[in-house]
Amino acid sequence: KGSLSFAGYICRSFTRASALLTRTHINYGVKGDVAVIRINSPNSKVNTLSQELHSEFMEVMNEVWSSSQIRSAVLISTKPGCFIAGADLNMLNACTTSQEVTQISQEAQKMFEKLEKSTKPVVAAINGSCLGGGLELAISCQYRIATKDKKTVLGSPEVLLGILPGAGATQRLPKMVGIPAAFDMMLTGRSIRADRAKKMGLVDQLVEPLGPGVKPPEERTIEYLEEVAITFAKGLADKKITPKRDKGLVEKMTSYALSIPFVRQQIYKKVEEKVRKQTKGLYPAPLKIIDVVKTGIEQGSNAGYLSESQRFGELAMTKESKALMGLYRGQTQCKKNKFGAPQKEVKQLAVLGAGLMGAGIAQVSVDKGLQTILKDTTLPALGRGQQQVFKGLNDKVKKKTLTSFERDAMFSNLIGQLDYRGFEKADMVIEAVFEDLSLKHRVLKETEAVIPDHCVFASNTSALPIGEIATVSKRPEKVIGMHYFSPVDKMQLLEIITTEKTSKDTTASAVDVGLRQGKVIIVVKDGPGFYTTRCLTPMMSEVIRILQEGVGPKKLDSLTTSFGFPVGAATLVDEVGVDVAKHVAENLGKEFGERFAGGSLEMLQQMISKGFLGRKSGKGFYIYQEGVKNKNLNSDMDSILASLKMPSQPDVSSDEDIQYRLVTRFVNEAILCLQEGVLATPTEGDIGAVFGLGFPPCLGGPFHFVDLYGAQKIVDRLRKYEAAYGKQFTPCQLLVDHANNPNKKFYQ
Amino acid sequence: MTSLLTYTFKNLRNTSKWALRFCVRPLSSSSQVQAAAASQTKSKKTLAKPNIRNIVVVDGVRTPFLLSGTSYKDLMPHDLARAALSGLLHRTSVPKDVVDYIIFGTVIQEVKTSNVAREAALGAGFSDKTPAHTVTMACISSNQAMTTAVGLIASGQCDVVVAGGVELMSDIPIRHSRKMRKMMLDLNKAKTLAQRLSVISKFRLNFLSPELPAVSEFSTSETMGHSADRLAAAFAISREEQDEYALRSHSLAKRAQDEGLLSDVVPFKVPGRDTVTQDNGIRPSSLDQMAKLKPAFIKPYGTVTAANSSFLTDGASAVLIMAEEKALAMGYKPKAYLRDFMYVSQDPKDQLLLGPTYATPKVLEKAGLTMNDIDAFEFHEAFSGQILANLKAMDSDWFAQNYMGRKAKVGSPPLEKFNTWGGSLSLGHPFGATGCRLVMAAANRLRKEGGQYGLVAACAAGGQGHAMIVEAYPK
Repeated sequence: KGSLSFAGYICRSFTRASALLTRTHINYGVKGDVAVIRINSPNSKVNTLSQELHSEFMEVMNEVWSSSQIRSAVLISTKPGCFIAGADLNMLNACTTSQEVTQISQEAQKMFEKLEKSTKPVVAAINGSCLGGGLELAISCQYRIATKDKKTVLGSPEVLLGILPGAGATQRLPKMVGIPAAFDMMLTGRSIRADRAKKMGLVDQLVEPLGPGVKPPEERTIEYLEEVAITFAKGLADKKITPKRDKGLVEKMTSYALSIPFVRQQIYKKVEEKVRKQTKGLYPAPLKIIDVVKTGIEQGSNAGYLSESQRFGELAMTKESKALMGLYRGQTQCKKNKFGAPQKEVKQLAVLGAGLMGAGIAQVSVDKGLQTILKDTTLPALGRGQQQVFKGLNDKVKKKTLTSFERDAMFSNLIGQLDYRGFEKADMVIEAVFEDLSLKHRVLKETEAVIPDHCVFASNTSALPIGEIATVSKRPEKVIGMHYFSPVDKMQLLEIITTEKTSKDTTASAVDVGLRQGKVIIVVKDGPGFYTTRCLTPMMSEVIRILQEGVGPKKLDSLTTSFGFPVGAATLVDEVGVDVAKHVAENLGKEFGERFAGGSLEMLQQMISKGFLGRKSGKGFYIYQEGVKNKNLNSDMDSILASLKMPSQPDVSSDEDIQYRLVTRFVNEAILCLQEGVLATPTEGDIGAVFGLGFPPCLGGPFHFVDLYGAQKIVDRLRKYEAAYGKQFTPCQLLVDHANNPNKKFYQ
Repeated sequence: MTSLLTYTFKNLRNTSKWALRFCVRPLSSSSQVQAAAASQTKSKKTLAKPNIRNIVVVDGVRTPFLLSGTSYKDLMPHDLARAALSGLLHRTSVPKDVVDYIIFGTVIQEVKTSNVAREAALGAGFSDKTPAHTVTMACISSNQAMTTAVGLIASGQCDVVVAGGVELMSDIPIRHSRKMRKMMLDLNKAKTLAQRLSVISKFRLNFLSPELPAVSEFSTSETMGHSADRLAAAFAISREEQDEYALRSHSLAKRAQDEGLLSDVVPFKVPGRDTVTQDNGIRPSSLDQMAKLKPAFIKPYGTVTAANSSFLTDGASAVLIMAEEKALAMGYKPKAYLRDFMYVSQDPKDQLLLGPTYATPKVLEKAGLTMNDIDAFEFHEAFSGQILANLKAMDSDWFAQNYMGRKAKVGSPPLEKFNTWGGSLSLGHPFGATGCRLVMAAANRLRKEGGQYGLVAACAAGGQGHAMIVEAYPK
């Protein structure tokens, strides 16, 4: 051995034990005495735990177990960025009874139990998402190695779909990471990054992602992960490595404490209380998860597995689960650009107006690497906006999701200025100036004088019709609406509004930018209030009416939140801003007449004249003070409420009636939007309502709500209120059609 | 910067017979006959350019490079730099007032002597009329000092420049925490007792936790050893290959030291200690011994260990650079010309240590040479894995096409011409001083072995790199 050789790292002597067997999801080979099982489902961006994958895997494992040559195995995915993203949802949706679902769960439980008891060690080599069923598979293996990549996340998101982990995770996770951490994972559904997973004991080793070598980095990283996993598989088979890990002192003390039944009971109680408070009894899954975990720990794993599979079956049949799964599908659809790739990708963005919205839009752009000019008219206004962007990024540094260096590099993508310099290179301008038509006209004209021909002009407005804004444009095909929601960096929705003149390429460009900003997107037709504002306004009108009828803001808030809205109705007015609410209500009221009738705008007017503009002015229905968490009622509102008091009608004023008066108006308007063609699909209507307006997710959005609860029941409610109040409650034709024909569904 | 690894290294056993056998082959082929034959077919007879001054290295010296924490541990950086400067004065007998300018490179700055070039020059007895400045560019700091000198001479600003570099890792500036510093500064400003007490009342025990100079890349927060381990993995370089290369470096260095080839080393009488005459990091071991070490960065399965990484080193170097006509007028016989050079930079995360791969084809192209024209390669060895990764990258068409925007690979240097007198892995690597050592090694090898062109290349923190062509001065 005289000179240096560059022979490969590991001899690639691949004895293909079963190369001739054709499998579609799994490619399996043997390296030395280690079986390497590679998962890659065809024609899909992700691997999902489907029935076929399941049976191929079982087949391969049986070979592994029966082969005398093989002493250990590595389980890896060759799909970039995905280990196994979860169970196949279609498999669950195809079931019509809870027994069928329970059956599926029990089969998976059996397979994973066999895997867990394997005498030949199996190492899960995880690169990319390892979620739901994928995680349940991984934790049934003897050892886990994960890449320390941002894309590698582990989690049990089942609860977000209204179900529970049905393949043993409720039994294994508490043993693996401890009861509190297991509850946290399964009740929040949060994704855990690899380094955190290592600290928790969820994975045993980390592998660093590699840069370029003599092949693409992603490819080589997976290869390297496999190489490392093979050495560990051998080590485990040779008993040179033990899968047990050393626990820290705190961990040891915690697990000791949890061995005391009394302590465990206290934890169950605490967690249950917290869950009840947060879900307000609207979501059944979290409580069942607690119950199943408890059963396993207190009554043994046989009882635990049985309970898991039964509760899993029951949950899969609930309305809540169907609503949440529908939302999940909708969200996936709204993260695609159905208008295709734009002719020219936006590289230089400009945002006009450095207010709350403008700065928010700039923030979600610069942190994705988009060069952004932020323009305002005065230095203090611009400075405030720049600080907002910086703070948004810096908060991520504090949470350790960004390094300070990355923050600085992102912040360098932002150029703050007071003039139109550089706009000649802009590919898209988003204006977020004050909601005033003449002002919007002025900036549109100013901007068009300096931007190049291809540049898109987008208007961020919540209610001004885009067509009206575009009247002064020389190139209306390039004008579009991009309605962001506040706070922009937290709210996922972007509502894109197209006029009749907006070109398809302009729409494609706006959707592309929105997707790059990380948004879930609905595309709607222009019209007063578009979709979201239009649905919200009649509900707000009813809010005022209800307040006038003597229901206090606190009571109203609790009625709406207990129905599933994340923010109470009165608080929502404060958050939106009383002046904005009045402005919108007035404008839309003119357009839609009596259908938007209800409360008296006089209330908002009086609030404005007293300076009660909501949170931004420190006073609205409530009093807002810096650093004070529990907000108090604004007692000065009493006189206003008293002066506008109206009699309530007892037969439509029960708590439930009040909730339904609000929700049915919202739902009726949403369906009318679909009827009129403002909405292209029910999916976009549901996504817009839930992600933009906080429509209760457990109901799945207005269209899922109608499908799941029955159009007839909703029409009956509306008729009842119509009789009491008038035309604002008249159900729209499309809703009536659905009520008349029970086979008609928005989602087939 | 490499981490504190040296302790494990000391435990390694000395030369095995196997290692000796291993190092014989590369050396045996570098006979003068072969080199002379090769020079007949050079792409260019010389790299002299019309209307541009020829710039020469008259000579260069360095202190012995020592493991940090050994004989130099009580010195300050300017002491070492002064030793190199005095050594250069002694070696070249250059009149002090002839020197127009002095430039030194350094990485970890001693705050008391932040312009260490000036402090060392004054102490070494150079004229106080000779200006001096200090440059920093991580591990290529003294390369930057030399090329700055080249620029000053080529542009006619100077005729005689001393360039060098120094690093003293035995002592590093450990600071108070920012909170503590702020409190101390506030205390300075406080006038009344009440004000002082109010400042002091804010003191918390955690203020006392010290701040060490960064060992990790500022931009990526990754240590260099960690990056080197990932780089080795990316190029599928095994632990065995890395250990073999490290053993080669130590064996070749030992041989060079024993045969007296390291003529740039000047003895240094350390105050209060014995005179240091040679590098003390050269420790050829056996592959078996090296295989026992645990990975130093990526645990427990990484491949970079203390034995296949360069160690923390104290040392200084200096070279005398002149315009050719000035050197000849003063009666010198220069050692080499300094020709085309190139700085490059790339992704500091995944390609941190690939500078030589990027710089080599560029500098060759600029000079109008090919790999075959080079008789002596002197590459900085930060880690075995880094060197082997660079060799593989240079030999990969895929890498050249996808990352360097080139049509084809440049090819990897033949090992029989590569670092044949040892390298940073064995001789040591005082960050700021290595560049001058590389240039002198290339010049001395060309003189000794009879080649014409040498290629010096190095990687540096920040994802930067450097390469320079050294042309032997005709005998």
